[in-house]
Amino acid sequence: MSHAKYSVINTHVHNIDGVAKVTGRATYTFDVTLPGMLYGKILRSPHPHAKILNIDASKALELSGVKAVVTGKDTLGIKQGIWRRYSELCDEQILPLEKVRYIGEPVAAIAAITEEIAEAAMDLIEVEYEVLPSVYEPLDAIKKEAPEIHEGIERNVNVTRHIEWGDVDEAFEDADYIREDWFKCSGQAHMCMETRAAVSSYTPNGKLTVWASTQSAYYTQGLIAGVLGMREGDVRVLAPYVGGGFGGKFELDAAMFCSAVLSKKLFRPVKIVFTREEDFIASKRRTPMFYYVRTGVKKDGTFLARESRMFSNGGAYTGMGATALYLSGFFHSFPYKWKSYRYDGYRVYTNTLPSTSMRGFGAPQAMFCSEQQIDWICADMGLDPFEVRRKNAHTEGYEVPGQAFIQSCGIEQCINEIEKWVKSKGKLPANRGIGISSCGFMSGGIFNWFDSPYSFSSAVVTINEDGTVELHVGCQDIGQGSNTTMAIICAETLGVKMEDIKVHSGDTDHCPADLGAWGSRQTLMAGNATKMAAENAKKQLLEFAYAEMGLNIVYDLDIKDKWVHIVARPERGMKYTDLVKKALRAKDGQRIIGRGYYTPHRKGMISPAYSYMMQAVDAEVDPETGKITIHDVMTAHDCGQPINQLGLIGQLEGACSMALGYAYLEDMPMDDGKLLNPNLVDYKIIRAPEMPDAGIIEIDTYEPEGPYGAKEAGEGLTNPTAAALGNAIYNALGIRMKELPITPERILKALREKKEQEANKN
Amino acid sequence: MEKQALKLSVNGQDFEVFINPKTLLVEVIRDHLGLTGTKRGCETVSCGACTVTVNGMAVKSCSVLAAQVEGMNIVTAEGLETDGNLSPIQKAFLDYGSYQCGFCTSGMLMSATAFLDENKNPTKQEIKESIEGNICRCTGYNSIVRAIDAVAQGKY
Repeated sequence: MSHAKYSVINTHVHNIDGVAKVTGRATYTFDVTLPGMLYGKILRSPHPHAKILNIDASKALELSGVKAVVTGKDTLGIKQGIWRRYSELCDEQILPLEKVRYIGEPVAAIAAITEEIAEAAMDLIEVEYEVLPSVYEPLDAIKKEAPEIHEGIERNVNVTRHIEWGDVDEAFEDADYIREDWFKCSGQAHMCMETRAAVSSYTPNGKLTVWASTQSAYYTQGLIAGVLGMREGDVRVLAPYVGGGFGGKFELDAAMFCSAVLSKKLFRPVKIVFTREEDFIASKRRTPMFYYVRTGVKKDGTFLARESRMFSNGGAYTGMGATALYLSGFFHSFPYKWKSYRYDGYRVYTNTLPSTSMRGFGAPQAMFCSEQQIDWICADMGLDPFEVRRKNAHTEGYEVPGQAFIQSCGIEQCINEIEKWVKSKGKLPANRGIGISSCGFMSGGIFNWFDSPYSFSSAVVTINEDGTVELHVGCQDIGQGSNTTMAIICAETLGVKMEDIKVHSGDTDHCPADLGAWGSRQTLMAGNATKMAAENAKKQLLEFAYAEMGLNIVYDLDIKDKWVHIVARPERGMKYTDLVKKALRAKDGQRIIGRGYYTPHRKGMISPAYSYMMQAVDAEVDPETGKITIHDVMTAHDCGQPINQLGLIGQLEGACSMALGYAYLEDMPMDDGKLLNPNLVDYKIIRAPEMPDAGIIEIDTYEPEGPYGAKEAGEGLTNPTAAALGNAIYNALGIRMKELPITPERILKALREKKEQEANKN
Repeated sequence: MEKQALKLSVNGQDFEVFINPKTLLVEVIRDHLGLTGTKRGCETVSCGACTVTVNGMAVKSCSVLAAQVEGMNIVTAEGLETDGNLSPIQKAFLDYGSYQCGFCTSGMLMSATAFLDENKNPTKQEIKESIEGNICRCTGYNSIVRAIDAVAQGKY
């Protein structure tokens, strides 16, 4: 364990973008206006499944102010996808040539001198469709007689994933108790405050610049270049400020693609901003999942065997869904040492909007099933749910067979702290209960399905003559505060102040490539790259300091608070700013530039490090109406060494609100493939009065792989909440909630069924 | 519809705009005056990202026509600071980390400003209700409530 005293890390520092954001100065893609800019609109399919027979745009083109209409025929027709290493998973033409597969799929895009004209032109485009039979649910789409959604894909099975260790069948035979359940987990909209937006500007020298609301400028650059047949280096992607992402903004979207195609045709900048309705119906969603879970345990609660089958509603295309399929099955085992484990995941195409990654990446669904079933097993067997979780929990040094190595692990302390908190609440009034749920999460993915030839993260530190520092990183700040986190790591490492660091990110021309913001990867991966770059620059400075100060080379030198000094005799030293000036002269004026990079090696299949947490939800249900009131939420959380104090609290509270929304408010009901609530009146999300206190107990661990011992925070806490609420309701009313979201209707139905069962017993 | 000239006072500055009378206040603020600090997040008056103050009252600027507020005193997020000095609520947002992506922040600040002008001693529940019309997808609101509370308690 390292408990170094830090000058900047985990102190109270403001977000470096703060002043821009609280004064209205921060400029998002939504705000970009360029000279001569045109406005684009996207015409979308009204059918869930149909052949496109003909598109006639002639009347639209006659409308004054309309500059162009493009369809699939104006594109190279390349099927793209973010899993670009695997061509069979690149299955989406954003303007399809032959058929549409979900309601809201783009069929044509218009550019006009105003948004109003572009909108009016949409009504003038005539599209002739041949409507095909559709299928909306994975358990229907997988049937032999179901309509074929993608040519040659048998039973509409898009991807499968198998995870197995131990002898599952034998272990079930040894089990003293076996329980099996079916669960249904809903989708969820990312609902970023800034809807999908892009401004593309193609110029006669063959260069394209795209302002994009993206989680990864580098992915956007690679994907756009790919579909336009351009060199990556001829495409510049800018993502200055991004109004939220949550897993929904790192694939290529129709705003980016259609604006680029139109701009390339017209040699003028084109801006496309999704309406909120478009964002709901056609920007992908959290993956709905059906889970069958069978678990076998010993009398004493030892977890012997788990066998789970999962069918996910993939919607029309693959996107990031293939990753969610794997991660869901992996985190379904967390955070426990299963003697044997088998997961079979099937991602099934349907004629609904595609599903993808969303904060938690398949784990919130997996935990809803797993953590409720564990509580039910404990209730069935008369075991203590804290004790059973503690008995089976991961420990430092554990290997998830064939999958992962656990280096730091604070789950036992998390369980202990939450147990204390729950017990301190004493006996609760009627209809009120506390539920618990534990989980863990990744600190970045090891996978490279994008086939990036670059390091996963890179950073460049440049020191100016006055001691100020330019930090160039490719990681993407989408509001989670990664620019601030990198500035903290850089300032701490170099021994300078926060105000000395300028962070440059979100520009593929000027920043090194980085996979971007997904899978909780940036603090660990971009953080390691930043630390390495700062260490490298510092080493160059200190080498010169030995000469300048005439020191014995066995002395250790360091810089802290801009004072360069001998570690053993801190009073002997010189000012950092003086050292920088002198070092420049000594090196013939060459800037001091430090480079850093990070790519994980030999870290298992999933991630270099894992966070751990346990959460308790204190909830009350009105048995007459089924209405839920959340009184309190408490989490014990192990993220290794916290780096950004304010950012950490904000991320954990934010995760709690999004996860509560998933647990009992947010839903995406459809009727024949049509989303019924594509607006913020009918799609309910947590608002301030419903938000409970969401306290955090920090568990102190040190992750050897992370910068200064840091690992994941902020995404993983979306995982436990739905299960914890389900367990709270079980403890309050004795009903088992197997379907998300936990709505009043579902609660009342479960209460009725419970009454009937009890009546039948008597 | 025929365009009309309209006089508006925004952040203490008088402007004259020549617009279709059906133009929304948010469109004038963003598209005609270029004050892009005010955002839009929906089409249904649901999200509050476009909140400004009109004669001191919090108003969703997508819910009124510019013509309806002619001659009234409109303030946007850009109007909160004075000569480079941030207002108390802006400072509190910085100290409490009351924003993440920042897209709701301008609207949130304007709702809070109007509320604090009217309520000197609010309860926590009253503070929460004051921002009920503003959606924040990032923070979970609690840091925003802490910042408003700190200003109400005279810490700024």
